Amino acid sequence: MSPRTLSEKIWDAHVVHKGVEEPDLVFIDLHLIHEVTSPQAFDGLRLAGRKVRHPELTLATADHNVPTTDIDKPVADPISAKQLDVLDANTAEFGIICYPMGHKNQGIVHIMGPEQGYTQPGMTIVCGDSHTSTHGAFGALAFGIGTSEVEHVLATQTLPQLPVKTMAVEVQGSLPRGVSAKDLVLAIIGKLGTGGGIGHIIEYRGEAIRGLSMEGRMTVCNMSIEAGARAGLIAPDETTFAYVKGRDHAPKGEDWDKAVEYWKTLVTDDDAVFDTVVTLDASTLVPAVTWGTNPGQVAFIDSVVPGPDDFTTASEKDAAARALEYMGLTAGTPMREIKVDTVFIGSCTNGRIEDIRAAAAVLEGHRVADGMRALMVPGSHRVKEQAEAEGLDKIFTAAGFEWREPGCSMCLAMNPDKLSVGERSASTSNRNFEGRQGRGGRTHLVSPAVAAATAVKGYFAAPEDL
Amino acid sequence: MKPVTIITGRAVPLDRSDVDTDQIIPSDWLKRVERTGFGAGLFGEWRDDRDFVLNKSEYQGANILIAGENFGTGSSREHAVWALTDYGFEAVISPRFADIFRNNSTKQGLLPVVVEPAVGARLLEEVAKDPSLEITIDVAQGTLEVPALGLTIEFPLDEFTRARFLNGWDDIGLSLRYEDEIESFEQSRPRFMPSTR
Repeated sequence: MSPRTLSEKIWDAHVVHKGVEEPDLVFIDLHLIHEVTSPQAFDGLRLAGRKVRHPELTLATADHNVPTTDIDKPVADPISAKQLDVLDANTAEFGIICYPMGHKNQGIVHIMGPEQGYTQPGMTIVCGDSHTSTHGAFGALAFGIGTSEVEHVLATQTLPQLPVKTMAVEVQGSLPRGVSAKDLVLAIIGKLGTGGGIGHIIEYRGEAIRGLSMEGRMTVCNMSIEAGARAGLIAPDETTFAYVKGRDHAPKGEDWDKAVEYWKTLVTDDDAVFDTVVTLDASTLVPAVTWGTNPGQVAFIDSVVPGPDDFTTASEKDAAARALEYMGLTAGTPMREIKVDTVFIGSCTNGRIEDIRAAAAVLEGHRVADGMRALMVPGSHRVKEQAEAEGLDKIFTAAGFEWREPGCSMCLAMNPDKLSVGERSASTSNRNFEGRQGRGGRTHLVSPAVAAATAVKGYFAAPEDL
Repeated sequence: MKPVTIITGRAVPLDRSDVDTDQIIPSDWLKRVERTGFGAGLFGEWRDDRDFVLNKSEYQGANILIAGENFGTGSSREHAVWALTDYGFEAVISPRFADIFRNNSTKQGLLPVVVEPAVGARLLEEVAKDPSLEITIDVAQGTLEVPALGLTIEFPLDEFTRARFLNGWDDIGLSLRYEDEIESFEQSRPRFMPSTR
């Protein structure tokens, strides 16, 4: 057999029907569901009189809409409440396990899967959510789908897939102290642009990637979509196996040995060729801060806001001018002189325990700046419990942060956690689109450590500034 | 979906790159559990500006959208496609589409027409100058024609997607042709794979 990349190996292992002048039909090992992109898919099944083919390979949770306060009371927004009720009803009707708001296993769908051991190397995983690429951190082929495809997977447990190109992002060197996986992925997106990964599956490789924890790898893979990539993945290794071992749904006993034996084959062959190769030196990186209205518009903490003149094409110049106007920024302003109103720590990008620890380490012994609104929203109930067991919640509340219940929250402002018009945030989430965190809100994407330092200073800051 | 063969009509020039799905349909609209009625939310925040191109009288009734590159980036929300079709668009022209948006649009009969950047820029300019300009898109031929400009170009579309547009085929039905193969694949899956049971 000719040499293959990791993603090609996983793809080949899941082809149900090899397409001739049509897409390959690919089997899906795990289908994650949430309340926003599934209701119309279940309606479609009912209309066509179809069943869910594999309810046991389907798992649901409520995350996008859920409030992060008063979760023991009815959801105040009647439209959100209805959508959550519809998820409960649909999953009950079709025999799918669902973790509703407040359940000990509930959380952001991409945090819940890995922490319960559902996400494993070599799997195909889909969800009606573009950040499904998160699961690629385990060496799984994981990608976001639309509602028609959600219905397709519910009905058939397969998806027709046209061939995708492969891209290697090689990150040499190691990350300097104080520079995190978030800074690294923002630098990668800055290099590729929002469209650079379109039509590709990215495999992240190199010393800096190997050196990341599973949580850091998830942060990197999570934002693959922000470079336009179909998926992003990292070959599994001892770090991966150690993370998976012992989790609720991980293989046990003899099955574990068989699984690991297989997982060890999930590497790109030495002679395999990627369609595109991009390289980056991790050792030169500093903390990243986005300045514009897409994640490719990224700068660094020690730089200034760029202007249209810093770009070459007419379309980039135009986009920069439009972004500066929306963001209320002037080209040439040092990042450290931009005043911030709200800090949000959380999301499927940075809502895991290591993110909370990183922010807590910066915050300990400090208070947030006067007038600063600061939210810490753990990614799941398990993450929240773990953080509380470590006493981290006390550090946040002592610093003036609000310690909230889990959910997607201010990442996309479908629940009451929103920015108001003109309000500026430092956010550990994944998108700085216009209005993403609330109509007229101005979002800057940062790492948890930078978010924490910024909350204290009131202006963008790195931990060493405190 | 309904078969789509020929699309003829006027176009709206949306001269912006990286139009993300949060702009196409803001997240507030995602709370709805229906598949219809999203047209009112299309470009919700931009439409508050009276001068936004979609609000201009000369572009009312247009059924083709022309945009800059990287159209439909961001979220996987199919609601973005539902908003465009509910508003009345039948095709979007752009030099580059985000993958998930493109997939979603082909499931709903909204034709993604990929053109060279220079062609895209010219179309934006010409339609801005003359909103009455008529465009014809032929799915079977894979051509886009603007007779008044003497312009005919070919656009790429894989044969499977083309056939689905022309015949209005249901994707799920197509996959279930291989139900026997799905069953035998299911039998061969390793025992260690996770399950909720």
